[in-house]
Amino acid sequence: MFGLNRNDTLLLIVVALLTMLAPFLLNPFPEGSSLAQFNGGYPDLMQRFVIFGIFAIGFNILFGLTGYLSFGHAAFLGVGSYAAIWMMKLLTMNVIPAIILSVIVAGLFSLLVGYICLRRSGIYFSILTLAFAQMSYALAYSVLTPITGGETGLQPKLNDPRILDAAVGSGVTPRANLFGIEMGTSWQMDWNGWVFTFNAGYYLAAIIMLIAFYLSIRIFRSPFGLMLRAVKTNQNRLNYTGVNTKPYTLAAFVISGMYAGLAGGLLVAMDTQVGPERMFWTASGEVVLMTILGGVGTLIGPVLGAGLIKYMENILSKINESLLEAWFAFMPDAVSDVMVTLLSLFVGKGWHLTLGLLFMIVVIFLPGGLVGGLIGGGRRMFRSNDRKATRKTKSNQTPPTSQTAE
Amino acid sequence: MTFSKTNIGRRGLIKGGVALGAGLAAPTFFNNRSFAAAHSGYLNAPTGKSVTLGFNVPQSGPYADEGADELRAYKLAVEHLNGTGSDNGMMETFSSKALKGNGILGKKVEYVTGDTQTKSDAARASAKSMIEKDGAVMITGGSSSGVAVAVQALCQETGIIFMAGLTHSNDTTGKDRKANGFRHFFNSYMSGAALAPVLANAYGKDRKAYHLTADYNWGYTTEEAVTQATEGMGWETVNAVKTPLTQTDFSSYIAPVLQSGADVLVLNHYGGNMVNSLTNAVQFGLRDKEVNGKNFEIVVPLYSRLMAKGAGANVKGIFGSTNWHWSLSDEGSKAFVQSFGKKYGFPPSQAAHTCYVQTMLYADACERAGTFNPCGVVEALEGFEFDGLGNGKTLYRAEDHQCFKDVLVVKGKENPESDFDLLEVVEVTPVDQVMYSPDHPQMGGEEATLGSCNVGA
Repeated sequence: MFGLNRNDTLLLIVVALLTMLAPFLLNPFPEGSSLAQFNGGYPDLMQRFVIFGIFAIGFNILFGLTGYLSFGHAAFLGVGSYAAIWMMKLLTMNVIPAIILSVIVAGLFSLLVGYICLRRSGIYFSILTLAFAQMSYALAYSVLTPITGGETGLQPKLNDPRILDAAVGSGVTPRANLFGIEMGTSWQMDWNGWVFTFNAGYYLAAIIMLIAFYLSIRIFRSPFGLMLRAVKTNQNRLNYTGVNTKPYTLAAFVISGMYAGLAGGLLVAMDTQVGPERMFWTASGEVVLMTILGGVGTLIGPVLGAGLIKYMENILSKINESLLEAWFAFMPDAVSDVMVTLLSLFVGKGWHLTLGLLFMIVVIFLPGGLVGGLIGGGRRMFRSNDRKATRKTKSNQTPPTSQTAE
Repeated sequence: MTFSKTNIGRRGLIKGGVALGAGLAAPTFFNNRSFAAAHSGYLNAPTGKSVTLGFNVPQSGPYADEGADELRAYKLAVEHLNGTGSDNGMMETFSSKALKGNGILGKKVEYVTGDTQTKSDAARASAKSMIEKDGAVMITGGSSSGVAVAVQALCQETGIIFMAGLTHSNDTTGKDRKANGFRHFFNSYMSGAALAPVLANAYGKDRKAYHLTADYNWGYTTEEAVTQATEGMGWETVNAVKTPLTQTDFSSYIAPVLQSGADVLVLNHYGGNMVNSLTNAVQFGLRDKEVNGKNFEIVVPLYSRLMAKGAGANVKGIFGSTNWHWSLSDEGSKAFVQSFGKKYGFPPSQAAHTCYVQTMLYADACERAGTFNPCGVVEALEGFEFDGLGNGKTLYRAEDHQCFKDVLVVKGKENPESDFDLLEVVEVTPVDQVMYSPDHPQMGGEEATLGSCNVGA
């Protein structure tokens, strides 16, 4: 189907089902129950899941296939965001032109950055991209304040020109829309205490994510993708056989830059605001974490990694001590005090610590990331059922690497 | 051909899946969120016995100290509002007596917290989750102007009230003012206007100033405000140099100051920036120098106790301005310091004070309006005059939602008795001196507009 083999089609369908049913899947606990804290099915977080999913999918095309580790991808996300918000300020609040322009601008910018940075490989490439991203951040933060709004960032204002839009009523804040459907529109479904929210913006972003995901499968399976893998495996040998690898790596770089721009444009479409922190090096590092956590070079891994990190950032960071106290109230005071003090290290502002621990565990024990771990675990189970005796001695072998996990 | 065929098949599959899901959820009814809001009249109208407020403060990042103190103040405010605290804090001294200590409008106050990380993206994500997931009717907090402006715009868009925490840039109630947003804290313009006369008194009217300015919006507005105010007093501005926010060593910026012929250095820095630049300047011996026959002086427009603590002995004798200080002796401040001290064991910072006051003002406005409806709250707060919350008589101006009150000019103490006793109040500049017109050029001029209040329905 769609020019995909059976497994890939299945994967695409599973991802489509997961994204379309996300409002149900992410809200497993009834409203008002003590576990409702862990529900992630509200519009903003669901939007972030798919948008950062796109970002990570794009990053994976560069890092997963060619092995070039860019440490400055957030710059493209930021550039895309600025392009989108300017489109909304000047042209129209419709999200389509904003998203298209964000992809184009990010593509052009990544062409420039890629052309320069790809002259080097390995650590030098990473440092060059990092330098570019930090430069963009510094420019956006202060030097280019008239264009970027500096620290305060940009939002649509009442008195922006917006030449294509009819004038909104006086004092009414302009809102991002898709031909009249506002991105913030939500429908709620109540069912026996459960509340499920269906958000227009989320479904737009989810559909775009599915297209982006499909494109990435096609790239992975194409001769072009094969060439990129060859670059990762041994670029020197490729050069010696007379292949010029630069066009391939540059194309991969620009594609992944455009993915980042798309994510940036979507972020603005869902939440009409841009700040320069979006380009800070920690944001670039975050997408590296997402990809590694989920599984480098796997198709679905980066999306899972993005989801996991955004979930922790938004859910864990909101658990505070008074909530913990409420949870452990049934225990004797002394025990509950100890539990609260211990656990509060890992939630609230300590969510970074939890993320760090998780990252270490994944990198040490599951070198193929979560997906690698899942597939490895699955294979081990099957094999142990088939050949229990022979497995015994080999049971501690490392799981398959990302190469086989694709 | 096969492409389009299977495409329909997949859609059918998805549709089938959705239909199945909907079918399983038999006794359902869909309701459009804005339709539901229209029922009660506004977004997140509290229906049960409690009302949820969102405390969005930096728990990590450069302003985590301020954030922690803000959170302490919010918790204290909630105790006082619910009547569960050991005393009633500033509710006793507040000129409006609408609050009864039984929550707000009889509903128990509950709260959710979030981490802004001092990044506008993270702050908005956190605020959005409070609005969409936890049903907060009001968001408050923050300790940087970028975050305040970003979250204020979000609240305007969604139809929630925003009570700004620590934000000093003119823009918050200047060019980026919003109908749903309110600021109690003072701003750059007020700092300049309050400091200038004191500086002219202490150092004379014939001075040459050299500015080092943090290279971002707050730095710009502060530099502009202080430059204009001091030039109005007869000072001359020799040079104004921007320094990167991430700078930690300012030696290379301090060295040219002496060659410039300036005799005053103005440090438009905040937080860690200020601690480092001031320490560098003092280590360079600037304060022992004599230029143009006068002692060389240093000025820090925005002071906070937490910064003074960081800079240690270097702050001695250095002028600056602050929104509030715990050593004030009016009844409101005394009540607050006592209540805060009893709970946490040390005096509150100005960030804690402004956050506590903002929560009280919001609760009081709801009581007086008789509703949580944002437009009702806006109406109750606009032009509201009050007293007894630590800054004397205060006005919430209707045109820009900025509080107008006396501004404190402080000086680093020569002989501090403790870590908390680092600043002394030299003068209380009366409110008339720091007043400006709502369309002042520093405040975005005539273009700046509040828009109209949004209830999110």
